Amino acid sequence: MDIKTFQELKQTIKQTNKSIVQIAFELEENSSNLNKNELKKIAKKTLKAMKEAIYTGLSAKSETNGKMGGFDCNKQVEFYKNHPSVFGRLFEKIICYALATSEENARMGRIVACPTAGACGIVPSILISCFEEFDIDKEKQINSLLVAGLIGKIIAYKVKPAGATAGCQAECGTASAMAAGAMAYLFDYDIDIIINAAALAIKNILGLTCDPVRGFVEVPCIKRNPFLAIHAAVALELASAKIESVIPADEVIDAMEQTGALMSADLKENSKAGLAKTKTAIIMDKSCFTKKYYSELND
Amino acid sequence: MNEISILDIISPIMVGPSSSHTAGAVRIGLLVRNIYNKKIKKVKIILYNSYAKTGPGHGTDKGIIAGLLGFNVDDTIIKDIFNTPEASKLEYIIDWEESFTRHPNSVDFIFDDMTISAKSVGGGEIEVDRINDFSLSINGKYNVLVLVVKDKPSTLARIADIIQKNDINIASINCDRYARGKNTSCCIALDGDIKNSAIEEIKKEINPCLIRYINKLGQ
Repeated sequence: MDIKTFQELKQTIKQTNKSIVQIAFELEENSSNLNKNELKKIAKKTLKAMKEAIYTGLSAKSETNGKMGGFDCNKQVEFYKNHPSVFGRLFEKIICYALATSEENARMGRIVACPTAGACGIVPSILISCFEEFDIDKEKQINSLLVAGLIGKIIAYKVKPAGATAGCQAECGTASAMAAGAMAYLFDYDIDIIINAAALAIKNILGLTCDPVRGFVEVPCIKRNPFLAIHAAVALELASAKIESVIPADEVIDAMEQTGALMSADLKENSKAGLAKTKTAIIMDKSCFTKKYYSELND
Repeated sequence: MNEISILDIISPIMVGPSSSHTAGAVRIGLLVRNIYNKKIKKVKIILYNSYAKTGPGHGTDKGIIAGLLGFNVDDTIIKDIFNTPEASKLEYIIDWEESFTRHPNSVDFIFDDMTISAKSVGGGEIEVDRINDFSLSINGKYNVLVLVVKDKPSTLARIADIIQKNDINIASINCDRYARGKNTSCCIALDGDIKNSAIEEIKKEINPCLIRYINKLGQ
């Protein structure tokens, strides 16, 4: 048995009285041939890697591989030291953790692709900051990662999480939906709210293109991660007040698939339009280190 | 439609910045290492298209070399791989080319006695699509038996029979023939792990020009 739509997920939960976590484990035991304990071990290792990426990134202050960033997380952390955010500590953590992870990614540090490397800061920033601020027990931490993964899996059945397939909506948008749903689980909301949070997150990001400057996972990717993490938090806020997505979750994913198909290939990870072809980006591309780098390597 | 697992979504733990250009490159290197299956002394690597254009910024070149040397996608050494003693013992040239006929993220490995082509198809998923003159498909997710045999009736049935006797399910079979009666390549993906004795039996039974058992990549 497999679950490929949110409707199937909702029905299964209501018919079997199983929790979303139980279902996630059962599906995964089935498809991966691993038992529950082995899966928990992998999830634990994954969460540990997420934390390590955050803490390495928080204290790092060095150029990224494409030389277009690497100092923003440090700026944000230093700023908060003297100017605490009016939105509180959780908000600060989400932003800093997302920046830390995606800068670490661009520095060739170790991260968890969740669902992709370009969107690697979104799920961890939400999960880890919630774990810390709300003292979530280990068992529930692991479960929340499975919930995030299950949401991502259902989306991926329709839209492959790759900028080249459907633009950034499929990468950062999917990550944001995963984070929103996982957060809803962490705060004990029911399946309707979990799914609704995911649907709202996707719905509001439809059409987001993938137009990285010079083809690197840096501009706009690094700063987009904290944006889309906060985006997940907004989705949860609305969903938990029982504000519903008028368009059901599965249809929102259909819309994402169609939007992705209609999106010009130039805006799908090809760096042939959008931010990648702005005046500044073109100048950067011409004056960049690439040619020098090539010739040095060829020496 | 292929099944998608939760673990596919929340993985891999990898060195950034790109699943296709960095982790994919490492996985290609690892798989090519498994296929070549002997000590690599010298290799020429040609990166194509997007792999060539954005490769240096994504560490594609570093990833490929790290994979060839046996390092995994999450090894932080990848960043500094060119400065390691392991890399200094390897004689390699990396070249960049553009070709409209090749996949955006493709790469050739030219060894003295073998040529292997591969591509990175997104999300860290990869495919080796050519060994020497034969096109095939190895994605690193399955243990694969690659054979080059004389194109003769019943050869495939005899191989399948031996695999079946060893209680292993065949996931897929991919064959490519140079010409009728000439050499045929056969790429058999397996759900299980085949015993050495079975490989020996196949060798004896059909006397292949080449037989190689390629282990799947770890998570």
